Amino acid sequence: MLQLRGLSLAFGGLSVLQDLEIVVNKGEIVSVIGPNGAGKTTLFNVITGLYKPDAGEILFDDQNIAGMSPDRINKLGIARTFQTLRLFLNMSVKENVMAVQYGRTRSGPLRSMLRTPGMRREEREINRRAEERLAFFGERLMGYRWDQPAYSLSYANRRRLEIARATATQPKLLLLDEPAAGMNPTETQEITGLIGQLREEGGYTILVIEHDMHVVEGISDRVVALDHGVKIAEGSFEQVATDERVIEAYLGLRTADTK
Amino acid sequence: MADEDLQHAQVPADKPRIGVDEWVAREEELRLDQGLLGPVRLFVARVPWWTLLLGAAVGGVLIGAIVDDEYFLQVGFDTLIYVLLALGLNVVVGWAGLLDLGYVVFLGVGAYGFAWLSSGHFDIHLSAFASVPIIVAGTALVGLVIGLTSWRLLGDYLAIVTLFVLQIFITWGNNGDDINIPFVDDPVNLTNGANGIHPVDSFDLIIWKAETVKDYYFLALGVALILLAALYLLNESRTGRAWRALREDALAANVLSMPVNRLKLLAFVFGAAIGGLSGTVFAASQNSVFPADFNLQKLILIYAMVILGGAGSLPGVVVGAIVINVSDRLLTTPENARLIFYGGIIIALLALVPRRRWGPYWVAGIAAGTVAFGFAVRAVVGVFWPNGVDGTLPGEGSLTNALSHWVLVPTDPFDIGRYAYVLLVALVVSLTFIHGIWRRLLVAPLIYLAACVWENVLVAEPATTRLILLGALLVALMNLRPEGLFGTARVEVV
Repeated sequence: MLQLRGLSLAFGGLSVLQDLEIVVNKGEIVSVIGPNGAGKTTLFNVITGLYKPDAGEILFDDQNIAGMSPDRINKLGIARTFQTLRLFLNMSVKENVMAVQYGRTRSGPLRSMLRTPGMRREEREINRRAEERLAFFGERLMGYRWDQPAYSLSYANRRRLEIARATATQPKLLLLDEPAAGMNPTETQEITGLIGQLREEGGYTILVIEHDMHVVEGISDRVVALDHGVKIAEGSFEQVATDERVIEAYLGLRTADTK
Repeated sequence: MADEDLQHAQVPADKPRIGVDEWVAREEELRLDQGLLGPVRLFVARVPWWTLLLGAAVGGVLIGAIVDDEYFLQVGFDTLIYVLLALGLNVVVGWAGLLDLGYVVFLGVGAYGFAWLSSGHFDIHLSAFASVPIIVAGTALVGLVIGLTSWRLLGDYLAIVTLFVLQIFITWGNNGDDINIPFVDDPVNLTNGANGIHPVDSFDLIIWKAETVKDYYFLALGVALILLAALYLLNESRTGRAWRALREDALAANVLSMPVNRLKLLAFVFGAAIGGLSGTVFAASQNSVFPADFNLQKLILIYAMVILGGAGSLPGVVVGAIVINVSDRLLTTPENARLIFYGGIIIALLALVPRRRWGPYWVAGIAAGTVAFGFAVRAVVGVFWPNGVDGTLPGEGSLTNALSHWVLVPTDPFDIGRYAYVLLVALVVSLTFIHGIWRRLLVAPLIYLAACVWENVLVAEPATTRLILLGALLVALMNLRPEGLFGTARVEVV
């Protein structure tokens, strides 16, 4: 579904991604791990069109999306969440999930002002999908919370809303940037279950950045390890977790080797 | 899930539950409920939108039908034009979050456009029915071009560039009577310079023609009501949500399917079209167009309306425009200005009543203290410096008369008034550093001093006073309610 071929990006003299080759197949959950500064979030930024790669191709359903604008890439079927949480804080919870359906709807300003039948139908559909996406998280984002501003949500609920918002754009590929960051152990466990559930119920292919190795172990079909923008290992969780270079990247060289 | 349920079970229902977001919700409710305007805000938030619009329509029509005084109708018309402008600015600033300081340009383009197409200036006399659509489209195009700057510039950078556009427009208006256009032999007189274009055709809709002030009042009222309905429906749609998303987080909006650059242009185009439309009505009603009509002061006034009412809130913006323009007009005569000034002090005191048992008594005490303090100071000054109480106050009426026995009115108020003014500012500033009982004790002398400065300096110079009062009002409001009268509190979390 997603193929990165020889993807490279440099900021000035600093090479952030180097000749990256990653393949994500339909229906897979692939985790990207790596120490801070490895280029994981940059990878997401390149895939979603926020950065243009210096070289290489990003093939999504066999179409090269490198250099396309972010909104177009989203319309093709890639949505993401943000590690730093970028909700529309002063809009209501429901509006957050309604607003992002912009790309999937068509009514322009004139039809909106005239409230044409087509526009109303579309609006009902937007509403229905928003409620459906919020209902995915059980009672947490339901009922009275629909009309609350997003900033009034707790941290964990904000993370959930980010996921609900991303799925509301009806993507095929979902990029989750540290979905469990800042969550307590119970919530982390819940998120782990939720990611699997997302694939089963929504049919999404999922690429996820995660630091929590329990989560990575629990969800991944495959793990890709990055360090300094280079892929240093790929394979099952066990393979990657025991890989010499991965351990080295996280912990440094063994003392015996440094001599 | 389980943890949260447990928490719900342990805390009694009537206690706020800290850490649970329901608590925040209640806090919101409280904020909405606060102050003198609290009930009004709750009402506005709860009734369906069209009842408010209907109420505004009925009120507006009643005023137009009952009032026959030309001056009052003119004030009403001007207010409605400001309502239109504030609504247009609200699209760009309140919804899309683009800081456009050149907004008055669109009013100007609309007005000059009308003067070109419907006046003797170029001897083209299109009816408004034909010229207004052309002008609105043209202004929208100007908005599109100016809006292009917002692709690369944000926040204060956009503000500076658009401010320059306004300055260019003012210069063009003043010097546009002698413009060399390529392939045209003689210089063309576009704007007739500072003398302006005069006269301009009246607003002719073929089946109906606006001629009297009353006609223009109803014309502006009709446009404002239609615009309000259209903008409300637009805000509650895909486009409106996208604009607000853009304001909240443009990057996230872009990644989640919204073409931000197109949306920015769309906001500019809408704002510009509304500005252009109000420009045509404005030009037709005053029968002329002068470059001085489109200055920085007008821009500040429109911004003040949007900010005071609450950027992003349609009823807020309308109320803001009405409050500011009406009080601005009232301030031009000393008697009315006095009513606003002392009325404002009383309202401020009432609004600041502490929510405690003795709160109302404190306020009553301060009021009585102020009156007593005034008479005492006047008596003492009268003994040592007879000239200090011997002057006359401008204006007439019983309030003027009563006040002239209370405040200090020196025979030559000019110099002493200025020192008092500086002292007043110093006192207000120092008041923010003191707390507790000293602060309350200082309030009475402060009010008295303010009254003296007001009567001796400010009433005599209404033009300056208006702006000073407006500034003071905005400073006070921004401290008490940064979101404006009807706006919703916004948070910025990084």
